[in-house]
Amino acid sequence: MQHLLIGKLGHLFVIIAFVSAVVAAYAYFKAESTKNDYWKSIARPAFIIHSLSIFSVVFVLFYIIQNNFFEYHYVWSHSSRYLPVYYKVSALWEGQEGSFLLWIFWHVVLGLILLRTLGSWESTIMFVFAFVQAFLVSMVLGVVIFNLKIGSSPFLLTADVINAPIFDINPDFIPEDGSGLNPLLQNYWMVIHPPTLFLGFAATIIPFAFAIGGLWTKRTLEWIKPAMPWTLFTIAVLGLGIVMGAYWAYETLNFGGYWNWDPVENAILVPWLVLIGGMHTMLIAKKNGSAVKTSIILVIAAFILVLYSTFLTRSGILGDSSVHSFTDLGLSGQLLIYLIVFLAFSLILLFKNWKLIPTTNMEITSYSRDFWIFIGASILALSAFQVIIPTSFPVFNAILSNLGIQSNIAPPADQVMFYSRIQIWFGLGIAILSGTGQYFWWRKMEKKNLFSTFALPIVISLAISTLIMATSGIYEISYLLLLTAAIFSIVANSQTLLRLKKKKSNLSGGAVSHIAIALMLIGIVYSSGKSKVVSLNNSGMVYSNDLPDEINKENILLFIDQPIEMAGYTLSYSGRKIKLDNYKGYFSKDQFKESANINYLIAGEAIYIDSVKIIEINDTVKYNPENTYYKVGYKRPNGQEFHLFPRLQENPSMGNVVSPSIKRSFFQDMYTHVTVVANEEKEWSETEEVEAVIGETFFANDYVAAIERFDRIEQIDGIPLQEGDVAVKAHITIQGKTKDFIIEPIYLIRDNFAARIPDENEELGIRITVNTIIPEKNAFILGINTAQKDYIILKAIEKPFINLLWIGTILLTIGFLLAALRRWKELKLNPAKPI
Amino acid sequence: MKKSHILGIVIIAIAVMIIIITAGDASTYVSFNEAKGMAENGNNKKIHVVGQLKKDSDGHIEGMEPSEDLLSVSFQMIDNNNTIQRVYYNEPMPPDLIRSEQVVVIGSFSEDVFIADKILLKCPSKYQEETINL
Repeated sequence: MQHLLIGKLGHLFVIIAFVSAVVAAYAYFKAESTKNDYWKSIARPAFIIHSLSIFSVVFVLFYIIQNNFFEYHYVWSHSSRYLPVYYKVSALWEGQEGSFLLWIFWHVVLGLILLRTLGSWESTIMFVFAFVQAFLVSMVLGVVIFNLKIGSSPFLLTADVINAPIFDINPDFIPEDGSGLNPLLQNYWMVIHPPTLFLGFAATIIPFAFAIGGLWTKRTLEWIKPAMPWTLFTIAVLGLGIVMGAYWAYETLNFGGYWNWDPVENAILVPWLVLIGGMHTMLIAKKNGSAVKTSIILVIAAFILVLYSTFLTRSGILGDSSVHSFTDLGLSGQLLIYLIVFLAFSLILLFKNWKLIPTTNMEITSYSRDFWIFIGASILALSAFQVIIPTSFPVFNAILSNLGIQSNIAPPADQVMFYSRIQIWFGLGIAILSGTGQYFWWRKMEKKNLFSTFALPIVISLAISTLIMATSGIYEISYLLLLTAAIFSIVANSQTLLRLKKKKSNLSGGAVSHIAIALMLIGIVYSSGKSKVVSLNNSGMVYSNDLPDEINKENILLFIDQPIEMAGYTLSYSGRKIKLDNYKGYFSKDQFKESANINYLIAGEAIYIDSVKIIEINDTVKYNPENTYYKVGYKRPNGQEFHLFPRLQENPSMGNVVSPSIKRSFFQDMYTHVTVVANEEKEWSETEEVEAVIGETFFANDYVAAIERFDRIEQIDGIPLQEGDVAVKAHITIQGKTKDFIIEPIYLIRDNFAARIPDENEELGIRITVNTIIPEKNAFILGINTAQKDYIILKAIEKPFINLLWIGTILLTIGFLLAALRRWKELKLNPAKPI
Repeated sequence: MKKSHILGIVIIAIAVMIIIITAGDASTYVSFNEAKGMAENGNNKKIHVVGQLKKDSDGHIEGMEPSEDLLSVSFQMIDNNNTIQRVYYNEPMPPDLIRSEQVVVIGSFSEDVFIADKILLKCPSKYQEETINL
């Protein structure tokens, strides 16, 4: 039975949400232009209806995902039956339509919070909200007018989207299961990273709306005060969202780092940098009325850049240059219109009111606070500019080819090097200014107190950085400069914090954020500058016989039970493991038998952890069959030991995905991932016969083996023998390098016929059959088959001080939220002008 | 001239510098023949080449040679101008390479071998299901 009603209901709510957004936008527009409160009495309920419809759409979409209605294409392509409920939540926004919905949802939440506090700003700001919502909802509208497709609905039926012959035979066919969530996204960060990022994304509309409202109502300076706390809030959330994404990449992807300068990453970093620049100029604009124009431009630019990044990642224009852009839904035209409309709208308002924007001649001297903050904002904007240019190469190619010019510029070959090389200098500027900025902010600087202010922090930071230079082994001059500047910033801002504490004034969010940025910069410099591939081996190999250059290989081949030395560790691989739902730790798959359902296993034996029985024999346990974990041991000569479990996820429709396993310690992370694993389908050799006497050794796949003893047994696999049967089990030990392995083939005589039950150790690639028993010689004829031993190829990287980056991020969020709170209180305590 | 104008000019000058540096570092999409020509003229810039793996008439991949220790791989690639070229990649063979329908190699020529620093693969229906498997 197809559940058609619920989807129609969902689609209906989408349409109501669209119409009510258009009505609200129009009514707010009229309310502002006619100053007639009658229009507000239409606009407000319209926005409320819009909000309720959006909540309903989200609810309906989650409902069909949660109930496995695979007749819906969105559910079928992003979810599956056995997905845990928290991943069903992330399936909600995995697809393009769902992620638009998430964005729309946050706009609604923010709009509802704002609505009650806006006062005289209501009409213009809520107009911007409703206008943006109308455009965004149109992206998921899914209606066709005159052959023009507007938006893509998340409530399309599988049968309407997929062209499979089954639907011709049986139009009511419902797929048994969905194709599942992208394995890369099955990570707890994917449950909280997208909502955080999209909240930050959505919140950029608030400073934008205030700037637009300020221009429109000719209050070109007054908008800054009420916009300030929201701007700080936006930066905090967006920053947190970006770094959460980086942390997810570090934990889940295998490019060996947290930041790859991928276009999708860049597209979201750029508006963040621009908005931070805007926030700084807003500070001086609020204080002295200077840099108002710059503030308006930067705040508008941040929002337009958010739209631009949406266009980049969702139009399919990035094509090959990004690993994680969305698939093209054929909506790029719609996105482009959206971008152009808001750009044109902002520019027209800006030019119309340009003359009304107050200007004061900024004091450009080296003692002026405004000047230094302005320089800081310029550096942030330039840094953003440097990132956006190469990110936009595919756009330039597309524009040129539309103009009939052949263009083949490609992104830089080594993206990480390319960006880092230039960005490090911006980082240096930011570190220096964030250190000095606080002095200029809190006290008046003059020539006579310049020396007394800076002497101490400079001496302290030089001392610390000299010490670090001597011990760190970093030699690149740019890294050293950045390191010194960042330490200076920490010292300077700590000094400010201490002084403020003496004065018992509020904790300065600015100083905290600046310390945080400096910590992040140090973390970045160390973890990338000193990141070291430790699985390096100079194998003496050459590229080809024509080329004499020797090459270093960055991977190590590791056979099971064959430890090797690597970077002061003894490295060993001890086999494939699985993880069970509801149980801690890793288990060997051969302790379990498969069941009729691929997601469940049956325990073949009782399983103990620390001699406590946790699983009974024949218990059923749930697990994810896609995941295999490769147990790798790291042992120091002093006996210290830890194990890492890098993962391979095999998803039939999405290919193999490898994820690293990371040993974290405060000073450095050991990051390890498999690059290649041995094929699980073994090719067994021809049988080789060996005569073996009990207690004497023989060879099997280059291992020393011996038959310890043989026992008569009364049952096989729990099934008692029939009468007259005789069965013996040979107990063969294989002497491994790390431990002994046991292989127990069985020889059974029933009705004068011999039956042979071989036993094997797949990982060692040994299978042994008892072919014949020669009682008089106390000997056995064994049949031995061998196969490729299990192996992995792995890459291991040391990343020092990466923790400073994560600590810095948390501190940064706290700093910005502190600052936001302070500005909120300021608004409440001092409502000098009605806002 | 006002000081603020000088400041503006400095910022614009830096922006222009950024564009020049960026343009200088940009790579290009070229064919193997062009890439070889560049290398022969002493231009060792890393470039992008788009193409496919070489296959025989039955669709089997030809000329795929993982090294003995499995830590590197070399293969035959056909670019969009149908030039066949041996490519060496100093990393273990990416598991998706065999099923890829398009390969982008980034690197440069060293003598007669194209040495790829990085490989980008486009695999069929990696992120979007096209059909229903029963």
